[in-house]
Amino acid sequence: MSEHLLSYMTFLPLLGMAILLLIPRENESLLKSFTLIVTLVTFFVSLPLAFNPVFTTDGGMHYTEFAKWITVGDFFQMNYSIGIDGISLWLVMLTTFIMPIAVLSTWQAVEKNVKGFMALLLLLETGMLGAFLSLDLFLFYIFWELMLIPMYFLIGIWGGKNRIYAAVKFFIYTAVGSLLMLVAILFLYYYARQAGVVMEGFSIVQFYQLPIPKEAQLWLFLAFAFSFAIKVPMFPLHTWLPDAHTEAPTAGSVILAAILLKMGTYGFVRFAIPLFPEALATCMPYLATLCVIGIIYGSLVAMVQTDVKKLVAYSSVAHLGFVMLGVFALNLQGLSGGLIQMVNHGISTGALFLIVGFLYERRHTREISEFGGLAKRMPIFTTIFMIITFSSIGLPGTNGFVGEFMALVGAFESNLRWYAVVATSGVILAAVYMLWMFQRVMFGELTNPKNAELKDLSLREIVIMVPLLVFVFWIGIYPNTFFSKMNPALETLIQQINGKQQVSMVQPIEAPRHVEFK
Amino acid sequence: MENLVQAALATVNYASIMPSLILSGFGMLLLLIGVFSKPGRTSHIAWISLIGLIVAAVVSVQAWSALSVTGIEFGFTNQVAQDGFALFFNFIFLISAALTILMSDDYLKREGYAVGEYYALILFTTAGAMWMASATDMMTMFLGLEVLSISLYVLAGFFRRDPRSNEAGLKYFLLGAFSTGFLLYGMALLYGVVGTTNIADLGMYLAAHKVMLSNPMTIAGMLLLLTGFLFKIAIVPFHMWTPDVYEGAPTPITAFMSAGPKAAAIAGLMRFLILGFGSLQDEWTSLFWVLAVLTMTVGNLIALSQTNIKRMLAYSSIAHAGYAMVGIVAANAIGLSGVLYYMLAYAFMNIGAFAVLALAGKQGEENLTLEGFAGFGYKRPFLGVAMCVFLFSLMGLPPTAGFAGKFYVFAGAVEAGYIWLAVIGVLNSALSLYYYLRIMVSMYFREPTEDFAWVSMPLGAMICIILAIAGVIYLGVVPQQVMEMAKTAIF
Repeated sequence: MSEHLLSYMTFLPLLGMAILLLIPRENESLLKSFTLIVTLVTFFVSLPLAFNPVFTTDGGMHYTEFAKWITVGDFFQMNYSIGIDGISLWLVMLTTFIMPIAVLSTWQAVEKNVKGFMALLLLLETGMLGAFLSLDLFLFYIFWELMLIPMYFLIGIWGGKNRIYAAVKFFIYTAVGSLLMLVAILFLYYYARQAGVVMEGFSIVQFYQLPIPKEAQLWLFLAFAFSFAIKVPMFPLHTWLPDAHTEAPTAGSVILAAILLKMGTYGFVRFAIPLFPEALATCMPYLATLCVIGIIYGSLVAMVQTDVKKLVAYSSVAHLGFVMLGVFALNLQGLSGGLIQMVNHGISTGALFLIVGFLYERRHTREISEFGGLAKRMPIFTTIFMIITFSSIGLPGTNGFVGEFMALVGAFESNLRWYAVVATSGVILAAVYMLWMFQRVMFGELTNPKNAELKDLSLREIVIMVPLLVFVFWIGIYPNTFFSKMNPALETLIQQINGKQQVSMVQPIEAPRHVEFK
Repeated sequence: MENLVQAALATVNYASIMPSLILSGFGMLLLLIGVFSKPGRTSHIAWISLIGLIVAAVVSVQAWSALSVTGIEFGFTNQVAQDGFALFFNFIFLISAALTILMSDDYLKREGYAVGEYYALILFTTAGAMWMASATDMMTMFLGLEVLSISLYVLAGFFRRDPRSNEAGLKYFLLGAFSTGFLLYGMALLYGVVGTTNIADLGMYLAAHKVMLSNPMTIAGMLLLLTGFLFKIAIVPFHMWTPDVYEGAPTPITAFMSAGPKAAAIAGLMRFLILGFGSLQDEWTSLFWVLAVLTMTVGNLIALSQTNIKRMLAYSSIAHAGYAMVGIVAANAIGLSGVLYYMLAYAFMNIGAFAVLALAGKQGEENLTLEGFAGFGYKRPFLGVAMCVFLFSLMGLPPTAGFAGKFYVFAGAVEAGYIWLAVIGVLNSALSLYYYLRIMVSMYFREPTEDFAWVSMPLGAMICIILAIAGVIYLGVVPQQVMEMAKTAIF
């Protein structure tokens, strides 16, 4: 079992989708329960990963699987090569954990074409897991693009009023980035071959060790970074995000916020940074500036939103700014803070979108001004909403605090100190926009008569939220469970980055002549 | 004189043209059968023409497997060579023709032109295409081109009561005749320079006499010759005829033209460029660099603003020829075999997309617009999903044939150092996303305005679509085998 555990986990949803397509479309409850079961089984299949102690000691790849896939003479070779380490571990767990929750959240929200919706959710899960696990750049690219298609349809078919615009924008933004990355991948491959490396497919491990001349690094880094920065999204490439979020159905928003955005940050940690550390060093001031702008700008724009969902969407831009700032610190605190903040953002922003979904299902509006005084009608809802709000602000004791604190400490200790100083003001801004929104929605007088009859959370909705709350406190109070497993892998990564910088400082390697730019 | 005839007869080698011979034979047979059939009854003719294609395919497969044993089959005083290159293209032509014929029968009946000669003309076109791919001599090349073109002129104007179809036929004929003139003139000039019509001899002569390379007659000959081919492939700026002809011609013929005959012209072009003008490679790569960029960009840009889906696919077909040119510019093993692969992939995905259009259209096809397609995916789930598969492949998303094809040609460009060309290529793919997405948007994201009750699912068209999907997925997921074939097929 454990030998092919990752493959089972990755393709189980795909298999589920194939079976799902055979279920008649009228039988909606069966379709929903079946999808739920598939995602739950996937989660249970992935559980042994979280309990495996090997991640606490060994920062390398585990559960690796390798098979030759496409070999065309001496042209190239592509392999099915997957594995997991402390960096991808928690993101994979987050994915399998969030999926059942997302499915449960659709129980009443999705009415039209349930079958298509569920099939796309399952396809999406396979795409996401595959992208986190790929150890071959080509394979990664395929899974990366595979995620695009279901998300496009999820937004475009089940989204709100302005869904077509949002779906097309989401698709084109993401595809433009990934196509440029494709050229970079190709270049890297041929560069490696011309440098005399016998490539085992598009193996990342081999690319890590490849010394790349500085000029080429810059271009390649820009191509990768552009693609990932769109996905994160970093300022100024973030404009697709609010559109996509506001228009996407709740489950779509949850997945988008909780997992898909992590693809961008994960891409930086796994590919862009270790492959091109020198180029990163060159671009660092600009990237860090963009992070800080993202934090401040995202917070300020969130503050003036009148739509709760848009507010949460802009808060994502700010939160991911913290993640990226921590990652760019390139020290253990920063990287682990950034990584844990990715998980945190998945949990708390995912939860926020669910909460917005609950409100929307009850009132079919998300305008802040439509609400007010809900606390009196919905005590359970209020409690949960408040905890999640605190987690999103980063109150000590909740997960958000740990992540933001570590990321900022990391940035302080690196040469990004002054950026961190400015970024810290984002924490205050977060408190402003979140608490203000919370106050306007939940407290005060119950003025709008439409809100007088609102029902508190149902059992299903509580069941959805409880697991998220557990992790809010678990990570907030005892984050070591998570850090202990990611740190060895991050130490390996840091060694790799430093080692590579030193090697190329000692002997700059010339590019072979005919890979010059024409 | 007698000796020449004897010499010619002595080198006759029917094996070297067997597939096209079979097709021509079947074509004539079909003409006869057509005469003795009741008017309006053409299904049996369609199926017999398919048998002809299958027989030709079997012969081609045998020839392919015999290739490594017996070597290339030359014939007719070395005017024809059945090499791997020609055979690979044979497969592309046969697949295009078969898919086209499968979707044609019910379409023609719906439009009221159930005429048996249609199928014979497709077989003749295919035979002509085969001669172009296997021609090692300018004369054979010209012969193939003419057979192909004349049949296509008739097919493009096949709906004789429809003004648009007439316009398509006439426009294609007039401009085509012009371009053939250019081609022939170029051939004449080149013959004047080297004194032979054999393409390989031309190449050897130019390689041995470097001084002739700068001779104005050589340059003029080459440019005129290329013009002829570029017209047939519809490379910008020789593309003006394409949208009108593609829009006016019967839908299956549009599908066929964009896959089979286009591939034939690319085959001829490649043989000339690689074997004939190998010593001028530096010159023509810079020329084709520009042409590839122009073709991709212009095709995609104009496609963006189209609302008629048939016309949109016509412009996209121009852009796709541009992607193929990227592989020719690279001119290395992976780029060139990538072109072959791309044309095969394109045959599956484009004909598949047109097959869905052929089914979705009402008589007269006025409804093949983005608005007329609203909600099509809900009303016709299978056809909707099929169309999505083809569109994703045309966009070049993995894991489809279109992605594999683009991957190879761009990989070729990157390996050869044309990074910017590859970048422009992928940016163009990004541009193309928008208009392909528009089709999907209207299929799935808009509420249906019609019930699409007129859409029938005839057996032939279903087979065509299922085969095309299978081809798109197979070439996308396990490209290895076909890519190995393409690799052995190039010179």
